[in-house]
Amino acid sequence: MSQDTLFARILAGKSRPNPYPLYAIMRKTPVARQTDGTYVVSSYDAIYRLLYDPRLSSEDLPPPLLHWTGNPIKDLIIDPIKEQIRARHRPFIFRDPPDHDVLRRRVMREFSPERVRAMRGKTEKIAHDLIDNCQSREQIDLVDNFSYPLPVTVICELLGIPREDEPQFQGWATQLATALDPDQRSDEENWKKSQITFDQISAYMQALIDRKRADPQEDMLLGLATYKDPSDGRMNNYDLISTAVLLLVAGHETTVNLITNGMLTLLRHPEHLERLRATPAMAPRLVEELLRYEPPVHYRTRLALAEIEIGGVKIPKGTPVVLLLAAGSRDPDRFPDPDCFDPDRESNTHFGFGGSLHYCVGAPLARIEGEVALVALARRLLNPRLVETVPRYHPGASLRGPRHLPIAIDGIID
Amino acid sequence: MADPSSFAPPSRIVVAGASLAGLSAAKRLRQLGYSGDLVLIGDEPYPPYDRPPLSKQVLTRRLSTDTTLPQPRDLDIDWRLGVAARGVDLTARRIDLANGDALDYDRLLIATGTRARPWPKPDEASIDGVLTLRGRDDADRLVPRLAASPGRVLIIGGGFIGCELASCCREMGLAVTIVESERVPMRRALGERIGAFMAGVIRDHGVDLRLGAMVERIEADNAGAVAAVMLKDGKRIGCDLIIVALGAVRNVEWLEGLGLLTSARGLRCDAFCRALRANESPAPGVFAAGDVAHWPLVANDGHLVTVEHWGNAVEQARMAAHNMLAGDITGMRIHQHLPDFWSSQFGLNIKCVGLADSAEEMAIAQGSVEGRRFLAVFGRKGRTIAALSINSARWLPAYRALIEEGAPFPPIEGAVDQPRMRKEAAGFASIDT
Repeated sequence: MSQDTLFARILAGKSRPNPYPLYAIMRKTPVARQTDGTYVVSSYDAIYRLLYDPRLSSEDLPPPLLHWTGNPIKDLIIDPIKEQIRARHRPFIFRDPPDHDVLRRRVMREFSPERVRAMRGKTEKIAHDLIDNCQSREQIDLVDNFSYPLPVTVICELLGIPREDEPQFQGWATQLATALDPDQRSDEENWKKSQITFDQISAYMQALIDRKRADPQEDMLLGLATYKDPSDGRMNNYDLISTAVLLLVAGHETTVNLITNGMLTLLRHPEHLERLRATPAMAPRLVEELLRYEPPVHYRTRLALAEIEIGGVKIPKGTPVVLLLAAGSRDPDRFPDPDCFDPDRESNTHFGFGGSLHYCVGAPLARIEGEVALVALARRLLNPRLVETVPRYHPGASLRGPRHLPIAIDGIID
Repeated sequence: MADPSSFAPPSRIVVAGASLAGLSAAKRLRQLGYSGDLVLIGDEPYPPYDRPPLSKQVLTRRLSTDTTLPQPRDLDIDWRLGVAARGVDLTARRIDLANGDALDYDRLLIATGTRARPWPKPDEASIDGVLTLRGRDDADRLVPRLAASPGRVLIIGGGFIGCELASCCREMGLAVTIVESERVPMRRALGERIGAFMAGVIRDHGVDLRLGAMVERIEADNAGAVAAVMLKDGKRIGCDLIIVALGAVRNVEWLEGLGLLTSARGLRCDAFCRALRANESPAPGVFAAGDVAHWPLVANDGHLVTVEHWGNAVEQARMAAHNMLAGDITGMRIHQHLPDFWSSQFGLNIKCVGLADSAEEMAIAQGSVEGRRFLAVFGRKGRTIAALSINSARWLPAYRALIEEGAPFPPIEGAVDQPRMRKEAAGFASIDT
């Protein structure tokens, strides 16, 4: 099989249910040039090394698409200025140090261990309420009924977004998640939709922050808005909004997939579902193994700022580099028997949350959500069974997960 | 001529030195399946313990002085603690202990490390309140003295230990003076430029840092307790506690005149960790590792080095263990470790890979010096030989890989968070080659 078109095959929709055999082939050339000039990195060691390499930049957003409206003031002045501001105040996942570090430090401060711990009880309540809503059903769609609403409620609660606005947020979050998915970013029509959504959510956030400033309450958004960094002062409004949007989106779609992939994996390995039901204390190990075995994020793209020589391959300056994290997490040179789902694995330093300076800022929250959700599902769904052996997947190859996961049940246990 | 007995698998291995290197070797030997006798000799009465915390968290009492290293349960070691090794008979393959015992060995690992260099004038060194810091007993003496809030602590020597000590003192709110003879602190490891940066940091934290200064004598009061130091330039500094931090002396005296190649720089060994005899041939069955070893660093053109760092003690001991079991040279491996170290002081995390001290030039490659988070690279003969990070350790793995590959200097141009790179003189004292 040709290495230089392998990544295109991975991106193709029909590979979505099981990309892992293609990853195994990919790993035979750990740093592989594709016909479009992109380099795909798929071995654990090479990914690890590049995650810590200052020659790779995360500032790889595609150039803006400016649409000609015929109004010269808008086309020549307003839109370019707006675009420039937007580019300068990208969310910190798309920024490099030192700016990245300042923004991330602010967010880390708000993601305090106390605040995250306090979310466990709230998440349990949300999870059980969602399961209660499935009483007297013989079949549920895990995505629509559970995995989808749970994280958005959690992140809205954490940020301090009013309950009644949540439905609106679900739509926005879904659209903007596509902007994090590199293979969907190249779709022009979709990118334009994301821009419009971004304008809407920005306006909403701005209004909400103004309201919060007038009537202060203890939540993350207000914390971000009011904290004065000793070296950098208060956060400007543009960064504040892009950060809030990032937290909303990144904290959402990924967790949906963690929960859905998790339940799918457990239904395919019923002995572990049984173990989790009997021993909820194994949940942390189980979630860790899920993050390795069926991670919510399969790859991230970076840009080579200088030539990088790795494993005998020279990646030229200016080249997009795909870090195929999910392939690294299944590298047999790092994980014995990598295709086996084994929550008892001794050393499990997977790439499920990425690594290095962009390591998932919400990892502690994601772990809690994953643990709480799977324990609740294991305990309360009576005799759950997969309706289809292979579910239908979202189009995204990076943020990979089922669009629907129908599960037959014999009832809900109280 | 090859030594025929070295081909037979050993049945008794003796390790002289029961610290990090000794324990690391023992663990590795068992891991590799060695099931014969394993004796560990240590002059201190304690099982192997960790030293880095002794000049950091232990002093501020965030950790106790018991920093015993974790040990697997099934090491099956014959411990001889509290008794020093006194001599070796290379021909008879026997090691003599201070208590009169003698032990035969098939393989001997010498890992006797170093001790703190004492104040050179014994009558002044014995004044009440003049201490050094190297081992657990030193820390046990020092911790209550610091906790008793002395009016001023004076540290003789502005190397890593001296500066870490000063950092702890400031954290505890104590007045502290460092007297250092060089123009900048930690110059031997950091060079002039980074040393000057550290001087600024140290002074910002309220340390009275006296550079280019030397202590002429230590003075006691009428009660016999330390009262002051007199500097060479005639200045007098009153103090209640003096810590002598003048570096380390290698514990090789017990080996002198026994046929092994020793010097103030340690026990010579080759890249296979084999101890050398006076004629530079390997002594049969004898190996060396850790702070006491004086060895050729492959990454530095085979330049002979002594490395007093944690990582090397572990790696060299593990390699020595492997080679002790290898039989002959064809099964041995070369110790290719790239030395590294870390320090934490004055709110900074300092990490270094490679030995910078033979560098000719340097450049700031990441971050900003003003922002107190940066990475400096060091070059010699056009190649990158070391990288040092201040609160920027995230980039070190990439630079480590480049150093190991022998990348040109500077190794990376056009990276993320990179200032305009300017080559500067590295600012190390010229070193003997």
